[in-house]
Amino acid sequence: MAEFRYLEDVVTLECDQEKCIGCTMCTVVCPHAVFRMEAGKAVMAFRNLCMECGACMRNCPSGAISVEAGEGCVRGIINEILGIEGPCC
Amino acid sequence: MAKPVPQGAGEFRLPSTEQSFVLGTIESPVGAIPLVGGELFWQDMRGHYLVRWNIGRDRFMVEPGLYAIGTPDSTSPVFVSANYKMSFDLLRKTLTQSDGWILVLDTLGINVWCAAGEGTFGTEELVDRIQASRLQKVVSHRRLIVPQLGATGVAAFEVKKYSGFSVHYGPVMLADLPAYLENKCRATPEMRIKDFPLIERLVLIPVDVMLALKQGLPLICLLLLIAGFARDGTFLQAIFHHALPPVFAVLAGIVAGTIVTPLLLPWIPGRAFSVKGGLSGLFLLLLFFTLCGGFSADYSMFAKISWPLIGISIASWFGMAFTGSSTYTSLNGVRKEMLRAMPLQLLGLLAGLGLWGTSLWLG
Repeated sequence: MAEFRYLEDVVTLECDQEKCIGCTMCTVVCPHAVFRMEAGKAVMAFRNLCMECGACMRNCPSGAISVEAGEGCVRGIINEILGIEGPCC
Repeated sequence: MAKPVPQGAGEFRLPSTEQSFVLGTIESPVGAIPLVGGELFWQDMRGHYLVRWNIGRDRFMVEPGLYAIGTPDSTSPVFVSANYKMSFDLLRKTLTQSDGWILVLDTLGINVWCAAGEGTFGTEELVDRIQASRLQKVVSHRRLIVPQLGATGVAAFEVKKYSGFSVHYGPVMLADLPAYLENKCRATPEMRIKDFPLIERLVLIPVDVMLALKQGLPLICLLLLIAGFARDGTFLQAIFHHALPPVFAVLAGIVAGTIVTPLLLPWIPGRAFSVKGGLSGLFLLLLFFTLCGGFSADYSMFAKISWPLIGISIASWFGMAFTGSSTYTSLNGVRKEMLRAMPLQLLGLLAGLGLWGTSLWLG
């Protein structure tokens, strides 16, 4: 699993322990196994593996997870830098 | 983003049977549902091949709605998919031995994961499509098998709330779907991980090469044109003498960024894709101009420095562009990388072009 690792300490993923109800959905939908259950709460065990797809946030019924989700493609970011609305990819 | 289904939406609609892959229909309480098989025919395969080369990729789609595969009844599972024909075809091929229903969402011909990122494979469309297909009358259960990568756009708890159907996230890879079904719809931890093996990187290469050539060709034409006005030789002689090396540098840069970088991705040093691309470019450019004798040929030092500069900048740019195809890069990571790499790429390219231009007139 350590074969593919992108930049360290760049992702915006946050998980609020207070709000977590322990439904485990984030551990189901995450394609990089970022979350792990500890004492009935979700914790970010491998935060740097997050790709900010936003699946966990979307499927968190208690709103405990937040992340600036997006596809991160070159064209989309250039559009963003230039301040124009445009399609990604 | 997801809202309750608006009034008037979800009007009853079934997909057309006038599609090449529809074998017939199957009777259901809501009418005749188009029946498909798991077998792919030559026109399907031809389409798959062409879209891998970026030909007709933006209109490679099937009609959204409910389809049947095998001989399903009201207890058969419902599989949710996208209307990118590749996604749909690979799903029905995987389900060759199964009986079930396939609910195709309107994702504008985009695959599940990308469409989920854009929100078209999403809660609203799913709830709407369930309603439009009268799925609650076709099946007696209330379960949907949704691809795990669709979770980026679909909120399971909201689908349940608005449609009554509970979403079960299937495995990431279709290849694991039969085992998942066998295992009473439970995925192993391995089935939940998105890896990026060599074969998956390989199939992406042709599209990226085609897109890169589209960007590279204007630059190549510009190089050819400018070289013609060099101070020595006739127009054509000058083009041949001066433009060929930088044109090869551009092509080598494209090869490094769109072929070498994806293939050797895990083994090239560096985390940032622009670094991986740049290193591939450095290696390939030096190798190429050493082997073909460009560095020892009769060119000025300016020219010899300019070729690798141009090639490496281009390789770095296209290596960086591969983040969009990769399965593990994040938005904020790519943004950070781009803000750092793009000034250097631009500087490298302009410096390379400047040196090369100088060599045309000063020798």
